[in-house]
Amino acid sequence: MSSRHLPLAATLLIFLVAYAACYAQFPAMLSTRVVGNLLTDNAFLGIVAVGMTFVILSGGIDLSVGSVIAFSGVFIAVMLRDTGLHPLAVFALLLVLTTAFGAAMGAIIHLLEMPAFIVTLAGMFLARGMAYVLSIDSIPVTHDFYDTLQGAYWLMPGKGRLTLIGGLMLLVVLGGILLAHRTRFGANIYALGGGVQAARLMGVPVGRTTVGIYALSGLLAGLAGIVFSLYTSAGYSLAAVGVELDAIAAVVIGGTLLTGGSGFIAGTFIGVLIMGLIQTYIIFDGTLSSWWTKIVIGILLFAFILLQKGLLWASTGRRWRLAGSG
Amino acid sequence: MEDREPLLRAQGVTKAFPGALALDGVDFTLRRGEVHALLGENGAGKSTLVKCLTGAYRRDGGDILLDGRPIDPRDTQAAQELGIGTVYQEVNLLENLTVAENLLLGRQPRRMGLVSPGATRAAAREMLAGYGLDIDVGRTLGSYPVAIRQVVAIARAVSLSGKVLILDEPTASLDAREVEMLFGVIEGLRARGLGIVFISHFLDQVFRICDRVTVLRNGRLVGARDTRGLDRVGLVNMMLGRELSEETRAHGRTDGPQGAPALTFRGFGRAGRIAPVDLEIRRGEVVGVAGLLGSGRTELAETIFGVTPHDSGAAEAGGSRLSLASPRAAVAAGFGFCPEDRKTDALVGDLTIRENIVLALQARRGWARPVPRREQAALAEEYIARLDIRTTDAEKPAGQLSGGNQQKVILARWLATNPRFLILDEPTRGIDVGAHAEIIRLIEELCAAGMSLLVISSELDELVSYSHRVMVLRDRAQVAALEGAGITVESIVSAIAAPEPEGAPA
Repeated sequence: MSSRHLPLAATLLIFLVAYAACYAQFPAMLSTRVVGNLLTDNAFLGIVAVGMTFVILSGGIDLSVGSVIAFSGVFIAVMLRDTGLHPLAVFALLLVLTTAFGAAMGAIIHLLEMPAFIVTLAGMFLARGMAYVLSIDSIPVTHDFYDTLQGAYWLMPGKGRLTLIGGLMLLVVLGGILLAHRTRFGANIYALGGGVQAARLMGVPVGRTTVGIYALSGLLAGLAGIVFSLYTSAGYSLAAVGVELDAIAAVVIGGTLLTGGSGFIAGTFIGVLIMGLIQTYIIFDGTLSSWWTKIVIGILLFAFILLQKGLLWASTGRRWRLAGSG
Repeated sequence: MEDREPLLRAQGVTKAFPGALALDGVDFTLRRGEVHALLGENGAGKSTLVKCLTGAYRRDGGDILLDGRPIDPRDTQAAQELGIGTVYQEVNLLENLTVAENLLLGRQPRRMGLVSPGATRAAAREMLAGYGLDIDVGRTLGSYPVAIRQVVAIARAVSLSGKVLILDEPTASLDAREVEMLFGVIEGLRARGLGIVFISHFLDQVFRICDRVTVLRNGRLVGARDTRGLDRVGLVNMMLGRELSEETRAHGRTDGPQGAPALTFRGFGRAGRIAPVDLEIRRGEVVGVAGLLGSGRTELAETIFGVTPHDSGAAEAGGSRLSLASPRAAVAAGFGFCPEDRKTDALVGDLTIRENIVLALQARRGWARPVPRREQAALAEEYIARLDIRTTDAEKPAGQLSGGNQQKVILARWLATNPRFLILDEPTRGIDVGAHAEIIRLIEELCAAGMSLLVISSELDELVSYSHRVMVLRDRAQVAALEGAGITVESIVSAIAAPEPEGAPA
């Protein structure tokens, strides 16, 4: 197995072992009901993590997504309350806004040659601040169309429900995989993560790709905001605090190199499922504090950082031997 | 005489940078189906010429004709589209992508709007088949050795450009077998009628693969010759040639100090960097180090100064053994080192001249005993006056000074620590003529004051003029030791060029 696939394999193995361990203790964990809930509960995180994967693959970071989710929720709630617009029109407007917001951050990162960290940190404060401007209260969303969307599901065998938002996440993951591996844009993202200078010399349109990456992350953050709004039926400017960090954690646990250039969307999906699984286990157990989620995620993150470092040493060590051989 | 238009012809190409003329009316002609070596020491203008050809730099003057038509590439992309491809020493491909993706990035075959991995791999295999390379193109490039990556880079450049291929030190990190493989590839491309520019410091390889050579020196064309019938000494003379020969002494200094050596190095070396050398330096003596680029000059200096600690031999001063395990230990032993690349390895450009000068002294005293501000100012003023550093005041960021003045600041930094042994690696490179003479005068003054100096330089006339003894390096080993009247430009050149190690010819 190549070192490129090893982190992905490790993630998959951890997920399977963890699920087997949960199943051994609580056989009900394998039911499609639990699987359906796992997808529904983590739909917004999964969607935003796909966008984060592209950003991290390119060697960047996007800290603004949690705030964008909160802004989206408040924006939808306020628009539905104060205007007569149909939710679909509001969704479309929101996606245009968040995509433009991401594109603007990408343009600043590229044109001003600023670190993505600081630009998206500014974006994080800006989006959160805009949410406060719209409203500081939690606004409930009451709309018939919302009820229709929330009630839409596909009944899986075993009475499990694949809800609309859970299915949406699966579609986003599939779309992300296609984008990453079957388009020139996807190849260019990997190229940027491998080295901006080399990518530029090889003819990658660096500026266009950078703007595209952050626009995509903004779009998916907006979509995650819609999903979050459907999930909670409310808009609150203090919601989704730290979701960007959860997304980064899912990406890294999913085996993507934080320095960029190596990783898989599928890995991120499994990373999200691992994080969801820990929470499900805690709910099943009933006695454990939810803090254990954070502790386990922390341990997993450390383990993956060590794994990545180990792989790096192993690959450079091999290169030295090759160079030294006659 | 040429019976047809050459593939690429550059005429009177000129490129100026602030404070330096990097290329001064250089002509260069590349024919179809030839491998043409571009030779010259660092700073000769090779890379500037290549960058003008590939569009990385815009030239200030002159014409470049490709197939008889004038071209003016705006960037490397434009040059590539015109037919000029470049492969750099540090392979500029992406190790994290597969071989196939590297070959076809930006023009992957698509089916129904989606990239087809299968078709991409097939196209990549087809591209590599012409190079006798049968590898799994689905693996990442980083999992293959450098030689394979070079061939992949060449395949990509040729498929994109296909007229002119510029190879910038392609063999620097290859072993002998890999070099042969690469030469096989180059010969195949030559047979296909490409014009290949080959830049290398290895003269053996130049004679092995190249049909013609063009030699540059100090931004000027020295000459272009057919490799056949060219002798090594003639070539080295062209590369190192002299321009100031009338003004300089014909041989090295014979007024060297006598007596016991102040420093003795026995079997001093480091595996893979510099073979063990023996060296004795007396007080007030200048030992020059000569050799082509890549001959181990800088490696020798860095090993002595503990940057890459020695793993064989020992150093002694006055009968007691010195520890030179790190630069810190070397400074404690009274050593100073002005490295070749002063901008990255020596000068802290954002700090002021005063802060730069005090740096080494402060490091030796330790952070607990800061040099008082008044003392710092006095030191800075003293050395600004003594070395004639041209600046408005001592609080100017050192990065804003000209090259020669930067070099003086670094010299001042070490002089402030009052060293007994100073290593200067190319102290006069890239500085203007006036400062050049001042640095040389300074070397002579320091030596007269009893300091021992080890000076590395590509300027042979310069070495001859101030050295009491000269050590000649080749292929990371000492090949000759010249002394006094035996030091002449001719004797150094023949020691560098000799195909087999011999005794000192003098």
